[in-house]
Amino acid sequence: MLHIYCPHCDEYREEEEFRPKGEAHIARPADPENTSDEDWGNYLFFRKNPRGLHHEQWFHSAGCRKFFNVTRDTVSYEILETYKPGQQPTVTAESRQAQASAQASNQGAAK
Amino acid sequence: MSEIATFNAHPTVAVRAESPLAFSRVTVATLASAQGAGVCIRERALLGHLILRGKADDAGFRAGVESALGVSLPLKMGPVSRDDGRGVSVQWMSPDEWLIVVPAGEDLATEQRLRAALSGHYAVMQVSGAQTLLELSGPNALEVLKKSAGYDFHPRNFPVGKGISTTLAKSTAVIRRTGDTQWELIIRRSFADYLFRWLLDASEEYGVFVAR
Ligand SMILES: [Zn+2]
Repeated sequence: MLHIYCPHCDEYREEEEFRPKGEAHIARPADPENTSDEDWGNYLFFRKNPRGLHHEQWFHSAGCRKFFNVTRDTVSYEILETYKPGQQPTVTAESRQAQASAQASNQGAAK
Repeated sequence: MSEIATFNAHPTVAVRAESPLAFSRVTVATLASAQGAGVCIRERALLGHLILRGKADDAGFRAGVESALGVSLPLKMGPVSRDDGRGVSVQWMSPDEWLIVVPAGEDLATEQRLRAALSGHYAVMQVSGAQTLLELSGPNALEVLKKSAGYDFHPRNFPVGKGISTTLAKSTAVIRRTGDTQWELIIRRSFADYLFRWLLDASEEYGVFVAR
């Protein structure tokens, strides 16, 4: 059972109160009339399905009934952060990679 | 002899067969009085329930609501604003939504006062017919909630005064703590029958009194 922090309710709640709602940060093409069929198809139908870090939308269906974003590791199920719609994630694939290489160079320096 | 498996629908061993309508019968033994009851359940029927939507960061909206209701508008999840003398309460439901409960028959006047005091982008919805309020009290009321919901009911997390919305017995409910052993549940009309029977069943082991 996941314990999920709702940024609207400002509290951890049981997974049972939430519904996952797929990939986050999908931007609607600003100019649909001049968007290619391929780009429109990608916008409508194609979703990321990464192994590892993923930014998702979740819905607090039994609580405040608001959407929010979750950065989650799809392998370990670890939730790394939750944040409101309109905000950007602070934990990303790049930030994790930078952290890992910083740790590696620290270990190298210690030897 | 056919190879198709068959079975006897009238078990001869000690397995209880249940009518499809079994759950429509209340077989819980209720007590005749609150004396010695672990749990008391009382419906506060036909109260006025209104849903208010609006912008919490609009000072004019907040002032209008507070002048129309006479209680403060809560701006985050936590304590329910109450005037127990007048039977008025306002609960934060989401960043732009509040539940207002007023005494029976006062909902129309309350809605009209809100509409007179507010302007711009807001909504007031009459939901009195959509839900009802149950009072759950007694020394074992907390145990009944604990086994019916996944929420953390420890006083550290759920002090007197707080109100939340959560899952309750595979349905949902608004739950408010009004005292150490007193709670209010606001439940949807379509789930009311199911949840009432659930609560009776869950309370039976402590001795349950249904107040009228
Ligand atoms: Zn929430």
